[in-house]
Amino acid sequence: MERPKVKAFTPPKKMEEYPLGPAYTAGNLVDVSSGMRTFRPVIDTEKCVKCMRCFLVCPDGVIDKSGEVLEIDYDFCKGCGVCAKECKIKAISMRKEGEV
Amino acid sequence: MSNRIFASGDEALALGVRLARPQVIAAYPITPQTITVERLADYVEDGSLKSQYLYVESEHSAMSACIGASAMGARTFTATSSQGLLYMSECLHYASGSRLPIVMMDANRSIAAPWSIYGDQRDALSQLDTGWIQFYVENAQEALDMVIQAYRVAEDPEVMTPVMVNLDGFVLTHTYELIELPEQELVDKYIPYRDYPNKMDLDNPKSTCITAGPPYNMQFRYQQHTAIMKAAKVIVEADKEYGRLFGRSYGGLVESYRCDDAEAIIVTLGSVAGTTRLVVDDLREKGYKVGLLKLRCLRPFPSEEVVKILGKAKVVGVLEKDISFGYEGAVFTEINSALTALKDIPETYNFVAGLGGRSISKGDIREVFEKIISYSSGKEPAKRVEFVKLGCDDYGN
Repeated sequence: MERPKVKAFTPPKKMEEYPLGPAYTAGNLVDVSSGMRTFRPVIDTEKCVKCMRCFLVCPDGVIDKSGEVLEIDYDFCKGCGVCAKECKIKAISMRKEGEV
Repeated sequence: MSNRIFASGDEALALGVRLARPQVIAAYPITPQTITVERLADYVEDGSLKSQYLYVESEHSAMSACIGASAMGARTFTATSSQGLLYMSECLHYASGSRLPIVMMDANRSIAAPWSIYGDQRDALSQLDTGWIQFYVENAQEALDMVIQAYRVAEDPEVMTPVMVNLDGFVLTHTYELIELPEQELVDKYIPYRDYPNKMDLDNPKSTCITAGPPYNMQFRYQQHTAIMKAAKVIVEADKEYGRLFGRSYGGLVESYRCDDAEAIIVTLGSVAGTTRLVVDDLREKGYKVGLLKLRCLRPFPSEEVVKILGKAKVVGVLEKDISFGYEGAVFTEINSALTALKDIPETYNFVAGLGGRSISKGDIREVFEKIISYSSGKEPAKRVEFVKLGCDDYGN
């Protein structure tokens, strides 16, 4: 699974180094989510046709397309369910955490 | 051809907006602002203003739409009043915090409850801390001129802060006067479209409204504060340049009227300044040394000017359409705070008037002058804060 490369962050020292208002190049979380999911999305790779709709709509960018099949990075997925809702062929199901 | 027309305050402001050519307008109608947004809709419909006009479902949405458009680098405008301004309040902070040069008109109107559609300034004065620059105008011409100047100030790269132009509900919005229209070509020269330094850019994508936790948040606040402080100079220069191009300038942050040798000065803002000016002239003819300090801008607060002008007076009356319940009028607090820079502080008294649209006549203003002169000479016991023309006897008196 591919994760975005971690860039070094140098905290600004001068006011001039701050952006004009809080708009800045998007970054990504580096700390693993603390298990806030109630349901987790599971991709049925047999059904999946790799249309990439879930990849596009995932608010956290946790769907990885670098391998043979699409994979979800559960370290960062928050379980919002947008991918399952948007999948046109119902290849993604939401399963309760703790249950198989 | 004459470029003078007869227009109401609302209409004059709409004409000013048309000259400023905002690319996106998002508004929700509310009395007494309605005529302004109706006229702007007419201009878009008849093609005299090329702008995207969004009829939104609320003021919260109006400001949100302006925030989105402004973040993309578009010149934006909205207008509101009273309850609408308060409903918008959350977004006012988003706009200023995001450093978006949105320009807005607020028709100053009383706040419920009790319900009233008539004018006072409690709506805008309750929003002093939203990080917006606030102008208050005296007449329709000044409303037109200031909405144009507002873009010049807001979009200045050193400022990049939204501006609110306030005009008194009904007294200004719905009364007619002869106004002069600036030429479009000159206005374009005065406020050319400019690239906002923080605009969204497809080639350099950014995330908006990033989180700034305790280590970084305060720096953004300092940045906002510094920008508004710097705006003071930009406002004065914008006013001077306007004068050079269009023949009208207003004195920058304040206008001092016959204050040079004045012993008693009334400080006020908005349309009441016009009435006070006439009373000053009347009393001067009778030999009284009186003057008027008109506050044109409350953020940035013109503390240096206030100190310089009021420092020479014996007594000051702050006449305002506002009360911060449990203390005094907000403007009075601001004036007193500025005056602490002086060793010899003039006596100051607060006159709360015109709440909920009650008229403020020449006679009322004359009485305020008489009272402060009498207080300072010790002829009658002074009252720090008093309500002008309360309309009934005070409790137990």
